[in-house]
Amino acid sequence: MTGTLDRHLPILFPLPAALLAAALMLYPLAYTLFISGQSFELGFRGHDWVGLGHYAEALANDRFWGAAFRTLYFTVLSVALSVALGMVMALILNREFRGAPWARTAFLLPMVATPVATSLVWMLMFNPSLGVLNWLLGLVGLPPSVWVADPNWVIPSLVLVDVWHFAPFAMLILLAGLRSLPASPFESAMIDGATRWQMFWRITVPMLRPVLLVVLIFRTIDALKVFDIIWVITAGGPGFSSETLYIYAYNQAFKYLDLGYGSAVIVLFTAVVAAASLLWIRARGRVWQ
Amino acid sequence: MSARRVSDRILFYATLLVLLLFFLFPLLWMVLSAFKTNVEVAAYPPIWWFRPTLQNFADVFAKNPFFSYIANSSVVAIAAVAVGLACGLPAAYTLARYRQTALGFLFLMIRILPGIAFLVPLFVIYRSLGLINSLAGLALSHLIFVLPLVIWVMAGFFEDIPRELEEAALIDGCSRAGAFVRVVLPLSKPGIVAAAILSFIASWNNFLFVLILGGKDTVTLPMAVYSFVSFEDVNWGGLMAAATVITVPIVALSLLVQRYLAGGLTMGAVKG
Repeated sequence: MTGTLDRHLPILFPLPAALLAAALMLYPLAYTLFISGQSFELGFRGHDWVGLGHYAEALANDRFWGAAFRTLYFTVLSVALSVALGMVMALILNREFRGAPWARTAFLLPMVATPVATSLVWMLMFNPSLGVLNWLLGLVGLPPSVWVADPNWVIPSLVLVDVWHFAPFAMLILLAGLRSLPASPFESAMIDGATRWQMFWRITVPMLRPVLLVVLIFRTIDALKVFDIIWVITAGGPGFSSETLYIYAYNQAFKYLDLGYGSAVIVLFTAVVAAASLLWIRARGRVWQ
Repeated sequence: MSARRVSDRILFYATLLVLLLFFLFPLLWMVLSAFKTNVEVAAYPPIWWFRPTLQNFADVFAKNPFFSYIANSSVVAIAAVAVGLACGLPAAYTLARYRQTALGFLFLMIRILPGIAFLVPLFVIYRSLGLINSLAGLALSHLIFVLPLVIWVMAGFFEDIPRELEEAALIDGCSRAGAFVRVVLPLSKPGIVAAAILSFIASWNNFLFVLILGGKDTVTLPMAVYSFVSFEDVNWGGLMAAATVITVPIVALSLLVQRYLAGGLTMGAVKG
């Protein structure tokens, strides 16, 4: 009895997980592709086959392209800022000081806090008439801003929230990378009288390049997929000025219940994320082998 | 030289302070605002020193079935984590030991793809099966992100456990499945704790799935707080009290397991 179990262990052990994956994940993915080729209305049995019509419709739609460019803008800004900030945090934590473990835990809290809840706090802080952020701007002599109510500032403001959430993630991975660097190049540079600044750009950054690549790609994947904070804070507004691809896809499929066209948008959006992740898999092969 | 060292130290601690303020302030502001009266929370310039009131918390619990929202969130998260661990642990083990790369790739892609990629069909199927507005259906859907999370955190962990320990158990007459249960699992307790906590947090925080698949009987905490914004005229004190109620258990849990947290958060990302 145990002999049979042992012999078939490599199949039996992953079987429940594989069945769940097939039912909850693979089947829905295939079904999404299938629905995207139909004009699909809830409650009706027969659906008209439209082939690639929805894809053509999306690619000819200005609102789709607007969402695509905003996604790109949001992602580039968020990735650049969160990786830069994460690097500063990692360099700080890589030094020995009392309370370092507590500082690290404090930095991790935004990463685990409920996005819907923290989005509300940011809404309160962004509030033009009673928000603490305008008060801070006033303290340093800057004019008040309307933050997420301004179509030009809504994306940078949302990026601020995303950076607050996910710079700690960049920090974690970069810190692990920093700790794995050998000490000897730094010691000899020190003897040669190099400054910290020189050592950072000439030694740390080049040696961290593989880890940096992983962080950049991972942050890209996460930034492309931001939904909660945008939906809660602006729902894509004002107008469409913060409607990213994720929000656009949600609106089409679940707000307007145009499941066929919505699915096509979802497939296009998913393809973008999948392309970013394939970059990661290639990079990972180079880093860890 | 020593003047340079002093200025270096000042710069270091100043940066640390600014960073800590930036990352802790919003959470602090949430808690502070939750204890303010409606007049104080709307005051400008902001009030920093005030007599704390519990009125907002009392209102949140009196005007809404908030305990049932807490119960819904807990039931969904506990069920999803339990099933996720039961199915994910053995799968992660064979993934690590038998190098099942195809399966690993599958769960990696599922973990990376956006949740909405699965939700149109799930919405259609749930509607026809009557699973919309059911806690069981919601918990089942959470496996879409819980299962890959468990598998990726644990596969990395199992890989670091030396094979010799299992082989010793095999020589002593243990079966492979027995060695997994009696040797590998007990050694993996920190990893399992990390995987369980991270999945619990992911499920507790999840908003999109309940937004699409939920109904009036499955209102979880993120959904409850979100609907406060859209349906009531904004009562900031009450909102911050509700936000505090959601966040406190997560923060407490994270502090409790802070030893494992950093490892767990990075493990799935960098290893494997």
